[in-house]
Amino acid sequence: MESTVLNKTDDRIIQIESPLLSIDRLSVSYGGNKFSITDVSAGIQKNKITAIMGPSGCGKSTLLRAINRMHELYPETHHKGSISLGGEDIYKINPIELRRKIGMVFQRPNPFPTMSIYDNVIAAYILNGIKLKRSEKDEIVERSLREVGLWDETKDALHKKGTFLSGGQQQRLCIARALAYTPEVILLDEPTSALDPIATAKIEDLLVKLKKDYTIILVTHNMGQAARISDHSMFMYLGELVEYGRTKNMFTTPKDERTEAYLTGKFG
Amino acid sequence: MNTTNSISNQKLKWRVFNDKLFSIVMMTLAFISAVPLLSILYQLVKKGYKQVRLSFFIEVAPDTMQAMMAKANHEIIPGGIANGIVGTLIIVGMASLIAIPLGLLTGVYLSESSKGKMANIVRFVVDMLQGVPSIVLGVIAYIWVVKPLTSGFSALAGSVALSIMMLPSIIRSTEETLKMIPPTLKEAALSLGVPYYKTILKVLLPTGMSGISTGIILGISRIAGETAPLMLTALGSSAINLDITQPSSAIPLLVWEFYNDPNLVNLIWGASLVLLLIIFLLNIVAKTISKKWKVQY
Amino acid sequence: MKSERLFQYFLKLGGVIILIVAIGIAATLIVGSIPTFKEFGLNFIFSSDWNPTEGRESYGALPFIIGTIATSILALALTFPFAFSIALFLGEYFKKGRMSSILKSMIDLLAGIPSVVYGLWGFYTIKPIVVELGLNAQGFGIFTSAFVLAIMIIPYASSISAEVINMVPSQLKEAAYSLGATRFEVVKNVIIPNAGSGIFAGFILAFGRAIGETMAVTMLIGNSNKIPSNLFDLGNTMASLIANQFGEAEGLKYTSLVAMGLLLFVITGILNLIGKMVMRKFTA
Ligand SMILES: Nc1ncnc2c1ncn2[C@@H]1O[C@H](COP(=O)(O)OP(=O)(O)OP(=O)(O)O)[C@@H](O)[C@H]1O
Ligand SMILES: [Mg+2]
Repeated sequence: MESTVLNKTDDRIIQIESPLLSIDRLSVSYGGNKFSITDVSAGIQKNKITAIMGPSGCGKSTLLRAINRMHELYPETHHKGSISLGGEDIYKINPIELRRKIGMVFQRPNPFPTMSIYDNVIAAYILNGIKLKRSEKDEIVERSLREVGLWDETKDALHKKGTFLSGGQQQRLCIARALAYTPEVILLDEPTSALDPIATAKIEDLLVKLKKDYTIILVTHNMGQAARISDHSMFMYLGELVEYGRTKNMFTTPKDERTEAYLTGKFG
Repeated sequence: MNTTNSISNQKLKWRVFNDKLFSIVMMTLAFISAVPLLSILYQLVKKGYKQVRLSFFIEVAPDTMQAMMAKANHEIIPGGIANGIVGTLIIVGMASLIAIPLGLLTGVYLSESSKGKMANIVRFVVDMLQGVPSIVLGVIAYIWVVKPLTSGFSALAGSVALSIMMLPSIIRSTEETLKMIPPTLKEAALSLGVPYYKTILKVLLPTGMSGISTGIILGISRIAGETAPLMLTALGSSAINLDITQPSSAIPLLVWEFYNDPNLVNLIWGASLVLLLIIFLLNIVAKTISKKWKVQY
Repeated sequence: MKSERLFQYFLKLGGVIILIVAIGIAATLIVGSIPTFKEFGLNFIFSSDWNPTEGRESYGALPFIIGTIATSILALALTFPFAFSIALFLGEYFKKGRMSSILKSMIDLLAGIPSVVYGLWGFYTIKPIVVELGLNAQGFGIFTSAFVLAIMIIPYASSISAEVINMVPSQLKEAAYSLGATRFEVVKNVIIPNAGSGIFAGFILAFGRAIGETMAVTMLIGNSNKIPSNLFDLGNTMASLIANQFGEAEGLKYTSLVAMGLLLFVITGILNLIGKMVMRKFTA
C-alpha cells in the first residue's frame, strides 16, 4: 500500500484552479472493507472534456458513478472522502436533486422502450412529475434534439418509439434526454463502445460542441478517442488515480511508467 | 430565483415523502400476508397437537357417540386417522407409480427434441394440463375408471386423477433439468461409443437426478392435500382398505368428512396438522435436494 | 442402429400418451355433456333454473357461472394490493437478503397449505368474523369464500409478477435514477409500464386458479342455487356445485354436471392460454 502514500501535489496530478467539481480523497467500496477505488483526489475543470482511462476493472465506472451517487443503488456501498460541486458537498444534497445537476449517459443506449422519442427527451420531467405546458415541452424537445443533431432525422417521427432508431441515434437520444434537464455536468460511461465508427465519430463531434455549455466527464477504453476530444485525462490503475494531466502532455510525455505502459499497449 | 428554488424545494420534499410513504405501505402490505399464515398455523397447532399421539396413527375415527362422550368429559377424542393415512399412502403412491415413468419419458422426449412440431404441441398440452382444475380431473377419473373399470368408487380412480395432476410438474422439471446439462457431456459419452439410450439412462438422467427428484417430490406434495378429485373417485371409507378397487379414505377426505361435525372436529385439526407437516416436510426435502445435490458442470 | 431408432420411438411414446390423455379429457367432457346440450341447448348457459325435481327437471348454469366469476373477481381484487406489494418487494426492493428469504418462505408455506385446510380455517376463523361484523347472518357467502380464496392465490399472483418485475432491465432503471427519479417514480414510470403485461399475465393465471378452486369455496360459500344478489349473499360456484352434487347424480343432472366441468375446462383453458401467451411475448 505504499503507492497510496503518494504525495498528491506530485506533478503526476495536475492542480485545477477553481474546479467545478472537486474530488477529495475519495474511496468507494461495494461492501466490506475492500475498496474499489482508493484515495482519489482531482479537480474537474468547467467546460472541458475530462477523459478517464485505464484497464478493465480499475474503477473508472465506480469513480464516475460516485459523482452522481449512482453507486448508492447497490445497497451495501459506502465511501470515504468527499466530492463537491461548485463548493457544495454532494453527499449533503439529496441524490435526486443532485442527479438533476449531473446527468449521465450509459454504455448501451437505453431509451425507455415504453415511451415515444418525444417522451424520452422529456423523460426527466415525466419521471419527476413536473407538469409542463405543451409549448414548453415542444421547445425543450426541439432544443435538446437540435443540440444532439437528431432534430432533422426525427422531427417527423417524434411519436414513434425510441427503440426504432439506430444504435447511434438512440445514444444521441439518450444524450438529449440527459441535456433536457439542463444539467451542469454530463457523465458518460463508454458511450460509444457499442457503436460503429461512423456513429462514434458523430458522438465525438457532438461532445466537442457540447463542452461550450456543459462540463463533460467521459470514461473511455478508446485511447484514440481520449486523444482526439479530451482536454484533460486521468489514468487509473487498480483503483488508484495514477496520473492526471493535460491530454496532450500525457499522451506525449507520460510521467508514470504505468501510464506509459498502458498508452503503448503493454497492458489493458 | 429564490421563489422558484423554494417551490422546487417543497416539491422535492413532497417527492421524497411520497417515495418513503410508498415503500412503507408496500412493505406493510407485503408482510400482512403473514397474518393469515400465522393464524392458520396457530389454529392447527393449538387445536390439533393434542390429538397427535400413537393411537392417532393406528386407529380409525371413533363414531360420533364416542367422540361426544369424550368431548363432554373434556378428554382427547379417541381414535385416529389410520384409514386416512393408509389411503393417502396408497392413492398417492399409486399415482406416483403411474405419473413418474410417464413423466420422465415425456420429459426426456421434450428435452431431446427441443424443436420439432410434435414436441411443441406436447409442450403446449402440458401447459394446458397444468391449468385444468382438479375437480375436472375428478370428473374425468370418474368417467374413465369409476364407471367402467372398478364399477364403483375406488382408490385406483383417485390415483388416476392425481397422476394427471402430477404429470406436468414432473415433465417440466425433467425437461428443464436435462436441458441445462451441457451438450458436451452427452457428446463425450456418445464419442466413447456409448449407445444413445445408454447415454440417456446412464449419463443424463443420473446427472439430472437432483433436479428431477425435486420435481417429483414437489409433484407429490402438490397432490398429497388434494381433496376435490378424491371426493368424486375414492369417496372415503371408515375402515382401512387395502383393495385399490374399493372406496378408500385419505387424510384430506377425512377433513372434508368431519369438518362440520362439532364432536370430531378436533380430530380433524390434528389430521390437518399432520397433513401440513407432511407437505412442508416434502417441500423441505425437495429444497434440500436441489441445493445440496446440485451437480456442478 | 435399429435399437437407436426404437429408442427414439419409445421416447416419442411418452409425448403421444400425453396427447391422448389431453385429447381424451376434452373428448370425454364433450361427449359426456352432449345430452345436456341436446336437451337445453345454449339455455344451459343462460338459464338460471337448477331444478332436479323429477318431471320438472331443468338445468341452467347461470347462477354458478355468476357465482364463480363474482367470487374469483372479488378474490382477485382483494389479493391485488398484497400480491403486488410482495412482487415489488421481492422483484425490486429486496431481491436478496434475510427479509426477502423470510417473505419467500412465507409465500411457499401459503402455497403448500391444502385447499381443504384453508376451508377448515375459514370455517372456524373467518366465518365467525363475518358474522360478528354483521356482513351476513350465517357467515357463509361470496365474500367469505372470496376472502379465503384471495389468501390462497397470493402465491400465484405474486411469484410470476415478482419474476417479471425482476426482469425489467436494470439499465432502464439506472437511466431513470440518473435523471433524478425517486424509487417510487421508477416503479410508477419504468417498472409498471415495462412489466405491466407480465404482471397482468400473472394475475390472469391466478384468476384461472381461483375459478377452478373447489374445496375452500365449497365449505364457505353456502351452496345456494340462486343468483347471488350481492357480494355478501350466499351462492355457489361451478366447481363447488360439481363437488357437492356429482356423487349421487344420474341422468340429465349427471350430464349437466359434466357439462359444467366442460365449461370450467374451457374457461380456465382460455385464461391459461391468454396468460401464457402474454408471458411468452414478454419473455421473448
Ligand atoms: N456492483 C458491484 N458490486 C461489487 N463489486 C463491484 C460492483 N461493480 C464493480 N465492482 C468492482 O469494483 C471494481 C471496479 O469496477 P468498475 O466497474 O468501476 O471498473 P471499470 O474500470 O469501469 O471497468 P470496465 O472498464 O470493465 O468498465 C472491480 O473490481 C469490480 O469487480
Ligand atoms: Mg465500467
